Amino acid sequence: MNKTSAGKTPAKYGKIVLNILITLAVYAVMMVVIQGGMLSRQMTSIIIPCCINVMLAVSLCLLVGYLGELTLGHAGFMSIGAYAGALLTNYLDMPPVAELLIGMLAGGIIASVFAVVIGLPVLRLKGDYLAIVTLGFGEIIRSVINSLEFTGGAKGLSGIGTYATYKNFTFVYIFVILTILLIANLVHSRHGRAITAVRDNYIAAEAIGIHVGRFKTMAFVISAFFAGLAGVIYAHNVGILKPANFDYNKSIEILVMVVLGGMGNIKGSIIAAIILTLLPEVLRSAADYRMLLYSIVLIAMMLFNNSRFKLAIVEKRNLKKAAEIQKEGE
Amino acid sequence: MALLEVKGLGISFGGLRAVDDLNMEVDRDSLVGLIGPNGAGKTTAFNLLTGVYEPTDGIINLDGVNLVGKKPPEICEAGIARTFQNIRLFSQMSVLDNVKVPLHHHLSYSLAESFLHLGSYRKKEKEMDERAMEILSVFDLDKQADQLASNLPYGKQRKLEIARALATEPKLLLLDEPAAGMNPHETEELMNTIRLVRDRFKVAILLIEHDMKLVSGICEYLYVLNFGTELASGKTGDVLNDPRVIKAYLGE
Repeated sequence: MNKTSAGKTPAKYGKIVLNILITLAVYAVMMVVIQGGMLSRQMTSIIIPCCINVMLAVSLCLLVGYLGELTLGHAGFMSIGAYAGALLTNYLDMPPVAELLIGMLAGGIIASVFAVVIGLPVLRLKGDYLAIVTLGFGEIIRSVINSLEFTGGAKGLSGIGTYATYKNFTFVYIFVILTILLIANLVHSRHGRAITAVRDNYIAAEAIGIHVGRFKTMAFVISAFFAGLAGVIYAHNVGILKPANFDYNKSIEILVMVVLGGMGNIKGSIIAAIILTLLPEVLRSAADYRMLLYSIVLIAMMLFNNSRFKLAIVEKRNLKKAAEIQKEGE
Repeated sequence: MALLEVKGLGISFGGLRAVDDLNMEVDRDSLVGLIGPNGAGKTTAFNLLTGVYEPTDGIINLDGVNLVGKKPPEICEAGIARTFQNIRLFSQMSVLDNVKVPLHHHLSYSLAESFLHLGSYRKKEKEMDERAMEILSVFDLDKQADQLASNLPYGKQRKLEIARALATEPKLLLLDEPAAGMNPHETEELMNTIRLVRDRFKVAILLIEHDMKLVSGICEYLYVLNFGTELASGKTGDVLNDPRVIKAYLGE
């Protein structure tokens, strides 16, 4: 009998070890670079935004890639987390790390609560309709924050402790890795399979006993939780929150990362998030042509993703895999 | 008592009476056919039995449990599994995962264990893998376990859909035109598979089929639908020789 799929095989352990090595290597390199003062101020200032965007992209990947629902309100959940966390840490008087941890927990949970309230009615919709409603939701959140007194309104919420700068890279990095690990684990579990089954064919999923609504809401809530966490880190990175930072451009920016990463591909989302955060900064020297070049790179990446060249690479890899399976089967 | 009892089942879509006063009984471990010309309401009857549509009148009892008003997942849990006329697989998932999805009712673990891959995750996943491979091997699909479901040839996709339905451990399996699009050789093979499924998994099977060779070859009892109502029912041999049935199929 074919044993390739039953349980953890040596190949799977190899993958886990490789992932751990990559995680540690990235951390080591970043620490050396940061501690050694090898980066310009411009570069150090985008280390944490990179981390935040990775968290946002990976959490949205669960919704767009695995649940297969297009949502355009991710910045809304991020802003709820950011404001909730910042208001709480402004109020607290504790060591920075403790404040930040409590703030993140609160931000994540409040974002999830909003996800339940909004998700229950909204997730009955599909495709374009869901996209439009979530877009509307994001804008409503922004307008509400804009007009409220205690959020600082359009002037913004200031005086937030900047606890999550590149000097606290270790702290932020731990949460990036946790986000990736937890979502990747979820995808490879019975819950993740059910979510993916809903994407592939919800009628069949229902017929084999999957409560579609329940799993949709679950994915929505989990995704919002991590977006909330990322929001809290963001608040404590920039120190001042403005509603304008969470408009639909931000939601679309995150979506572009997921799409470029190849929907339903966590690794791809991570890489795309990093590239798309670095790109505008790297292109800064091009001054006026910056956004033009940025768009051209986006188009080029899209074209590459659908090119024959890439298809050929994927096909070759699949053929190799099929041959291996064949061999083991014999 | 019969496993499935259907009495006076009916549904209207606006003015159209798609199924009217349908009465059926399916015994444990039996192989029953549901036949009729195109548009007779066969698939609608399946959709009523599986909760896709809610009947406007009538009762459905499975093992003495009333199923009317229940949603598809609840009906699945009660013990009815089905396949679809146009194959509905989880096409971007592996063959193995297609069968592991329905196993999650019987081999469950918590969301926290899903996140952390700790606790009973490993043990339960291993059990799922073993159970899924066992089911796949019955259908000779175990060698393709790692492939994407959409990469399987047509006949194997049909088999995978049956395998997936069986993974829910049903008491009654509904097959909607299992032989559609198959050549005579594949149909022959499918007949053996269906018999094997009944004997090995101890399920009753109710199937919709147009292929008369398959129907007469394996069904013990037949219900014939025409214009949403029951035209005839009885032992396969008798029904297929019934002049009313021949007329409905071939015309005057």
